[in-house]
Amino acid sequence: MPDALALIANAAGKLTREGLRATGRGATALPGLVALTLDPDFIGALSATLAHGVACVSGTNGKTTTARMLADITRTAGWDPIHNRSGSNLDRGVAAALLAETTWSAEPRGNFGLFEIDEASLPSAVGRLRPRVVVVTNLFRDQMDRYFELDTLAKKIGDALAGLPADTTLVLNADDPLVSYLALRRDAKTVFFGVDDPDVGGVVPQAISDATRCPRCKSPLKYTRVVLAHVGDWSCPSCGLTRPPRDIAATKVTLGSSGSELLLAGTVGNVFESVRVPIPGLYNAYNALAALAAARALDLGLAEAIRALASFRPAFGRLETIDHKGRTLRLVLVKNPAGFNAAIGALLETGRKPRLLAALSDRDADGRDVSWIWDADFEALAPSVEHAVITGLRGRDLALRFKYAGLAKERLEVVDDWAAAIERATTLAPAGSEVVVLATYTAMQALRGLLARAGATVPFWED
Amino acid sequence: MELRIAHLYPDLMNIYGDRGNVIALSQRAKWRGIGVEVRPYSVGEWADPEWPDVWFFGGGQDQGQDIVGADLAGKNGLSLRKSVDGGAAIFSVCGGYQLLGHEYVPEVGPSIPGLGILDVTTRAGRKRFVGNLLVDSPDGPLVGFENHSGRTYLGTSAKPLGTVIAGNGNNGEDKTEGAVQGKVIGCYLHGSGLPKNPWLADRLLGWALERRHRDVRLGPLDDADELAARVQASAVARTRT
Ligand SMILES: [Zn+2]
Repeated sequence: MPDALALIANAAGKLTREGLRATGRGATALPGLVALTLDPDFIGALSATLAHGVACVSGTNGKTTTARMLADITRTAGWDPIHNRSGSNLDRGVAAALLAETTWSAEPRGNFGLFEIDEASLPSAVGRLRPRVVVVTNLFRDQMDRYFELDTLAKKIGDALAGLPADTTLVLNADDPLVSYLALRRDAKTVFFGVDDPDVGGVVPQAISDATRCPRCKSPLKYTRVVLAHVGDWSCPSCGLTRPPRDIAATKVTLGSSGSELLLAGTVGNVFESVRVPIPGLYNAYNALAALAAARALDLGLAEAIRALASFRPAFGRLETIDHKGRTLRLVLVKNPAGFNAAIGALLETGRKPRLLAALSDRDADGRDVSWIWDADFEALAPSVEHAVITGLRGRDLALRFKYAGLAKERLEVVDDWAAAIERATTLAPAGSEVVVLATYTAMQALRGLLARAGATVPFWED
Repeated sequence: MELRIAHLYPDLMNIYGDRGNVIALSQRAKWRGIGVEVRPYSVGEWADPEWPDVWFFGGGQDQGQDIVGADLAGKNGLSLRKSVDGGAAIFSVCGGYQLLGHEYVPEVGPSIPGLGILDVTTRAGRKRFVGNLLVDSPDGPLVGFENHSGRTYLGTSAKPLGTVIAGNGNNGEDKTEGAVQGKVIGCYLHGSGLPKNPWLADRLLGWALERRHRDVRLGPLDDADELAARVQASAVARTRT
């Protein structure tokens, strides 16, 4: 039973929430903020009452997809997760998710907390939530006007994790040196996941090298395979730090246009399982491995988890499709160089010449600094682009990026107005064909809202 | 005609899209029919002072900056000085700019010596300057995104690149941004800087090419897209910074 302060905070937060709903406004961060102001330990007090405990999912890319996969897995196992689904993943988003799922006497209507946590908030969040499991997918450069430097961020996360009790299990990407080093700083249980297929990745280091140096001794790392940026099969010739042994490893990855097939090498009893990941792209294969590793950390059956994954549906802007005027719009949310490169990798794997509607904005949720587009590998994308319609608050920067990547003038068009940009991209595409929508967060929201109002069948998106 | 670009420490000093500056210099040369070769130099590799026409030196994380500082304290620092004396140009941003100055004075501990190629000194500041940066200069406006905690102060030999209209620039006090000394430029313009500021890119190209070629005349390019991007970014800098 939560204490009196938590009860008051819960009631006040719920009142705020009811008030906002009555006036026709949707769920905002305000109810969570009210509860946290009254009781800073609100999320800790409430989550302590959850029978199956709390899992936090963090990392630069893939946390939303991984958390949603894990939600499906736990639900299939008969659990009742309380999940901050909408991507509002700061403290107040967690508080809001709890408020939505508690009774007035602050009893949760669920038995498991599944919280997607922004990597910059992770250090403070784990202190408050005292999670049973912490998943870190990867650490890349992202919106550095907010997070500043990746090394500093990794150190802060490492400090916070090192302070957790020994019964917290870490679930970490072995292929990311910055992430796997988080485990080596504490003596506790860790479940590592990674890709062990020698055919995945190349030998050429990519331009975005956030951590080509050893996280322990700062000497250059050696790679036998590079999957993406600094993720791959790494080792440090200088101090001997190497990629830790993988507990959940894909020994064979077969990528397809609607999903991928993974062959899993279980270290327990050498059981080999085939895993179907129903959304395309190598990065989603990584997300699936992270979710399966988290399932293992939560002592859930792997076979059941694999079955739950097979019927997974993607989240907002993560490869979902919308039908509009006889064309299929495929929405791809982009926000940083590593995510962009992974997304275009998935796009180019299909072998088609994409028609694009690309949108760049610079609101807080997009990242105010648009410099990152110059780190993303537009040079790999440009030769395949059939045509690109560009829009967004910083669409002119994006158009310039395409121009300098070599996209011919006649294949490039800037349309500042959102609605006009959608219409132009749609009418240019032949009936029955596909338009790939690459957009940053608020730009995607704007485009999606207009499409819904224009009568397009917009798939369900939980707010 | 051929242009040689040396990219200093691309693995450690390439933050906030700074490699866009190398892309801009390369493309603007190629579009004019000039051949381009880009050579990356990493820590521990000898940087040949005779080879480059222009050096690019970007910003980095603190850790990278320490490693690079140590490398430049050796013979690569001498190379860079010799190359500038021989007529090469340098474009530097943020951390690279600071390392070209006399020294970086941290809040605690001994100061970190720089190369002294630019007559500037940088001190650590408490508040980080993060935001859009708009600068005016006699040669044209400049726009970018700054993200630094160092405060850079100019000596008498370095001239500011321009005057701050929006944002903080060198130190947030004297309204100056960047430094120019001979053919060496330092600034806080991420963004990347050169694609949206084509006049500055072309100035560097001219300086670079004249090292080995006589009567360099750069023909005009269609810069409508560049200027449109600058106008859009300037409007953001004026209204939302
Ligand atoms: Zn090492």
